[in-house]
Amino acid sequence: MNFKEVMKELVRNRPALFGLVIVTALFLTGIFAPWLAPSHYREQNLDGVNLSISWEHPLGTDRLGRDIFSRIIWGARTASFVVVITLALGTPMGIIFGAVAGSFGGVIDTVIMRIADILFAFPGMLLIFFLAATLGPRIDALARSTEFLDPLVKGGYIDYVVVIATLALIGWAGMARLVRSQFLSIKERDYIDAARGLGASNLRVIFQHILPNTLSPIIVALSMGAGGVILSEAFLSFLGIGIRPPNPSWGAMIFANYQFWRTQPMLVWVPGLVIGIIILAFNFLGDGLNRAFNPFSKRR
Amino acid sequence: MYGYLIRRVLWIPLLLAVITFLVFILGVYGPGDPIQLMLGQHANPETVARLKHELGLDRPLLVQYADYVSKLLHGDLGTSLKFRGQPVSRLISRCLGVSIPLNVVTLGWSIPLGILMGVVAAYKEDTALDRAIVLTVVIGISMPVFAIAPILLYFFAVKAHILPPGGWDGIFSANVILPAIVLGIGPLAVMVRQTRAAVLQTISEMYVTTARAKGLLPKKIMFKHIMPNALIPVLTIVGLMMGSLVGGAFITELLFGIPGCGRVAFETFTARDYPMIMAFTILGATAFILSNLLIDILYFVIDPRIRRPK
Repeated sequence: MNFKEVMKELVRNRPALFGLVIVTALFLTGIFAPWLAPSHYREQNLDGVNLSISWEHPLGTDRLGRDIFSRIIWGARTASFVVVITLALGTPMGIIFGAVAGSFGGVIDTVIMRIADILFAFPGMLLIFFLAATLGPRIDALARSTEFLDPLVKGGYIDYVVVIATLALIGWAGMARLVRSQFLSIKERDYIDAARGLGASNLRVIFQHILPNTLSPIIVALSMGAGGVILSEAFLSFLGIGIRPPNPSWGAMIFANYQFWRTQPMLVWVPGLVIGIIILAFNFLGDGLNRAFNPFSKRR
Repeated sequence: MYGYLIRRVLWIPLLLAVITFLVFILGVYGPGDPIQLMLGQHANPETVARLKHELGLDRPLLVQYADYVSKLLHGDLGTSLKFRGQPVSRLISRCLGVSIPLNVVTLGWSIPLGILMGVVAAYKEDTALDRAIVLTVVIGISMPVFAIAPILLYFFAVKAHILPPGGWDGIFSANVILPAIVLGIGPLAVMVRQTRAAVLQTISEMYVTTARAKGLLPKKIMFKHIMPNALIPVLTIVGLMMGSLVGGAFITELLFGIPGCGRVAFETFTARDYPMIMAFTILGATAFILSNLLIDILYFVIDPRIRRPK
């Protein structure tokens, strides 16, 4: 399946197209936030606190007089940064562990999959919450005591490290399960026997014949997983152990403004809806990709 | 098949031992000094040492762990650091007394409705109704609690004054309605999705074709032949939902001011109250693992295809 055909299929499928547009917009907004946002996310104007909607402040201002619209735009930078780095760390880990478990089997397979089982033994967000709550202060202390990590602390980026480390530590397991199951099923196909019959080595079979065929489920899982990362980041930030103010995070914005939910509901609604729409977009995109990769399977 | 079940059961104590150990290590050494947190930065070193000794925190790690596990096995989870002097087990059973009824109400409306919507969607596959249900479900899965709750609260509690904005007064008061709706949307969506897929898959089975060929009524085919088989995978989801009872509703309970386990977990996690943190994490994992096992055994009991050896 080539790139052009997949794109054609995505554009034809309206929810998927919606997903693609929103996801692209998220990343572009994230990259160009400093130029797109009318003001800096930390810029306060104490003469204009709790303003409602106006031309100057399309979404009003918060209790420190910060422009909500700008903070939403900067929030896209946080969200896209966390998504990209988390997936960039967790995915290769998952692919490698899954591929090793799936192709070699035996003890190494058992060990890897049991570790994954442990990560899956916790309900819902409990493990994420637990890890962030316990690892956070440790990572913070470590960074403070290490000279070359000092810029991270001073720049206020340590929260990002905590969130990304937590999510990547958990995220690889799902990917490993997926890749392993793909390996186990593809290993039995005739063309693998054929390749072996022609004298292909183990590594050649893995890299040339199996891995390329696991690519489309991996891409689908990535799109679905990205929504999960956004939700988890918002969840942690909402609970005050993720990205903390003044750094711009949608989850933290909801938490910080929650006390105004009666009088200024927009302060709470807008970041919540933005998170929801982006997760929806990733889900639509994932569904669409799934259908584009498997044109003959009926949607179920 | 029996072998598989036995292996699963044997794996559980080991899994729990590993989990308790990891949770213990992270709980004690992860978040920094709980004593300092209790007494503040400028506490008298003598007081710190005395409290440390009193709480047994000056002993070697493995001794502390062995001690913890042996007490755990006797049902003693220690005392909370944040709510001083209160036994963890009492705090948790008290919050479960709120969380369990809330979850029963939540699942009580969302699971039946989800199954119904899923069956209808599958029955009317590829019609406008099916597409509308599927779309609603994706939106329901995507919208986080902190997006839905404030909007519902605003319209029902502030604008319309129909429902109270929060608080807890048992499940027979109006306070339960909004949180149960908010909490139920996710399970409802998952339920619809699973049921629809399962029913669609069952419809294409040979025995359904046979039933149709015999001239049975569509209604009878649906209730006698399709549903009992389609609902088996749906059980798994119910199990997963029951398993996330402990501390599964952090945000909803916070937003609605409900003194359930999610809220207590949040308060104690942020206070680094590690006896409570460990208790919640271990209990959460145990409930989750056991409910999964229960579902597997239930599969085994109700589906003869699984029971029969290959």
